Amino acid sequence: MSDMTANTQPTPQKSTSSLYDETKRTKRRNQSEVRFKAYGVAAIAVGLFFLIALLVAIFSNGIPAFKQTFITIPVELTESALDKTGNRDVAEMSKVSTFGYKPVVTNALVTALKDAGIAIPFKKEKDVEKLLSSSVAAQVRDTVLADPSLVGTSVEFRLLASSRVDGYFKGRVTRDALIRDKNLDAEHLDIADAMAKAGLMATTFNADFIFGSDASESRPEQAGIGVSMMGSLFMMIVVLLLSLPIGVATSIYLEEFAPQNRFTDLIEVNISNLAAVPSIVFGILGLAVFIQFVHLPQSAPLVGGLVLTLMTLPTIIISTRASLKAVPPSIRDAALGVGASKMQSVFHHVLPLAMPGILTGTIIGLAQALGETAPLLLIGMVGFIASNMPDGIASGFLDPNSAMPAQIYEWAKRADPAYYERAWGGIIILLLFLMTMNIIAVILRRRFERRW
Amino acid sequence: MNDMRIVKRDVDMNDTKISAKGVQVFYGDTHAIKDVDVEIKDKTVTAFIGPSGCGKSTFLRCLNRMNDTIDVCRVEGKILLDQEDIYDKRVDPVQLRAKVGMVFQKPNPFPKSIYDNVAYGPRIHGLAGSKADLDVIVEKSLRRAAIWDEVKDRLQAPGTGLSGGQQQRLCIARAVATEPEVLLMDEPCSALDPIATLQVEELIDELRENFSVVIVTHSMQQAARVSQKTAFFHLGNLVEYGDTQQIFTNPKDERTESYITGRIG
Repeated sequence: MSDMTANTQPTPQKSTSSLYDETKRTKRRNQSEVRFKAYGVAAIAVGLFFLIALLVAIFSNGIPAFKQTFITIPVELTESALDKTGNRDVAEMSKVSTFGYKPVVTNALVTALKDAGIAIPFKKEKDVEKLLSSSVAAQVRDTVLADPSLVGTSVEFRLLASSRVDGYFKGRVTRDALIRDKNLDAEHLDIADAMAKAGLMATTFNADFIFGSDASESRPEQAGIGVSMMGSLFMMIVVLLLSLPIGVATSIYLEEFAPQNRFTDLIEVNISNLAAVPSIVFGILGLAVFIQFVHLPQSAPLVGGLVLTLMTLPTIIISTRASLKAVPPSIRDAALGVGASKMQSVFHHVLPLAMPGILTGTIIGLAQALGETAPLLLIGMVGFIASNMPDGIASGFLDPNSAMPAQIYEWAKRADPAYYERAWGGIIILLLFLMTMNIIAVILRRRFERRW
Repeated sequence: MNDMRIVKRDVDMNDTKISAKGVQVFYGDTHAIKDVDVEIKDKTVTAFIGPSGCGKSTFLRCLNRMNDTIDVCRVEGKILLDQEDIYDKRVDPVQLRAKVGMVFQKPNPFPKSIYDNVAYGPRIHGLAGSKADLDVIVEKSLRRAAIWDEVKDRLQAPGTGLSGGQQQRLCIARAVATEPEVLLMDEPCSALDPIATLQVEELIDELRENFSVVIVTHSMQQAARVSQKTAFFHLGNLVEYGDTQQIFTNPKDERTESYITGRIG
């Protein structure tokens, strides 16, 4: 400690500067940190913007699909037209086809319009039938055949309006557009307005969209997603029953028992690669193996489920192995140390701790499979099923069926804009399913998570 | 080394419990244990000391074949437990580990209740005929591990909710519940505070009545306090093995002396 040395050696700038002054270096560092945070916020903002845009688009386009315009009128079920013999024999009555019912319904509409004092500006009164969906004759016929005693009475029916009329109430169809459309005239819209005013016509919630079956190209107002929902459900059952046990068994073996050698390395690399294989490849594989070689039926949920299982397995295996790896080795040591066998240590201690991760992975894999379209197109999971669940043909694992995403694709492909709206509606339902599954995954993870 | 209390204790029994002959351990290409011969006496506390990486833990894990779980690990030579070679083909490591229990460095209770932690070993080995038997075993083990009074009112509480020292004593209770003949302890106090350490050390001394205890420790004071026999490992070699008192007061090997006086390590 001498004063001389202190004077001759200039102390460095650093030690003399005040803590209150920011040095150049610090300033630069802080600035770059601020910039980095700004990038992050900007990235999130962009992501949020697209998410909101997507949700707005989906809901604004899809919500109308859940509502439908119905015409509520009394229909006089005349005996002379529907049951000529008069003995209410169902076998006899079913000989009258929908062509026999059509004039009955049309007459009912004409009568209802006259009763309500609505003028019919057409030369032929029959032209008002364009207001009705072409499905109404079948609807009335089904009701009559289910209960023959109705014949001869007047029954109030809630009949589907045609998709053009429905579109008019939802703002999809304008009067200008009708000039080029020979299905409906502007006069029909006048009648529709008057009927709405008189309470004969109303746009209300339509449960048939959720539970109903697909319909032909010309009657979108009748189409529903219910049958393809069943198809998806059957497929998911197959996927769950196959991929969970196979995936978990594979992961446990590879993670806990398999020796580390070239062969297991090869398997590991292949599993990772399979996870990245485009789904359409699995579709063509399923077509070649399950349908052309094994001769399983086309369009069957069983085949769809098998293909989606192949696709889901790598996801489940990878997530299961990750959650097995995350169990601390000290737990395995502890179990082995008290004399548990390898298998006891896995099943008593490791697996329960890995369970939340395994379940989450499985549900995420299932959700992925639920939304998959491409492989389903290749194995023909786009069956057109026009009958409803109880008496439909799509009631088992081997019956032809469709799946929700394939149904949405089908609808989006069709020409009528009414189907476009239904495709968006289908997307809402699909998203609800996916969201529910993800929420279940989160709940399971929270519920079973144990700390150590 | 002034604080080192060397308690003069006689080794009551002179029966050999474990006898290792020419043990070599390889991790892949690494020669971790080089030709170790050691005789571990029954009803005695034997301490393994030595600098980090000298192979004392590796050797300890050979004694109940925990090294089997490591693929690249290879053990040569003979380790006899009551004159039976534990690396014989006919030996099932699961049966061996029921006889040779282990307590690990970090307390690792199962994420289950305190009761289930202790009852797990007896359950899988079928030691208890009934629920009442199991209750007796659990209580006895917890008492032996000197933790009964602290946990008797909350046996169904999770074992992971205990403090570090309590967790380690719970692990000891779990290890003694299967009535092993040898208890291996791999630095059981390294994660504990001095008070918990003291409790565990007292416990080890009591356990000596029933078991042969082998303890690996980094603390020479601890080795001096609890053990009757000490083995000093260095770079994979067993440098010196003898009575604790002799090792700490009158080491024969230069390296042992350097280590216990703090010059190497």
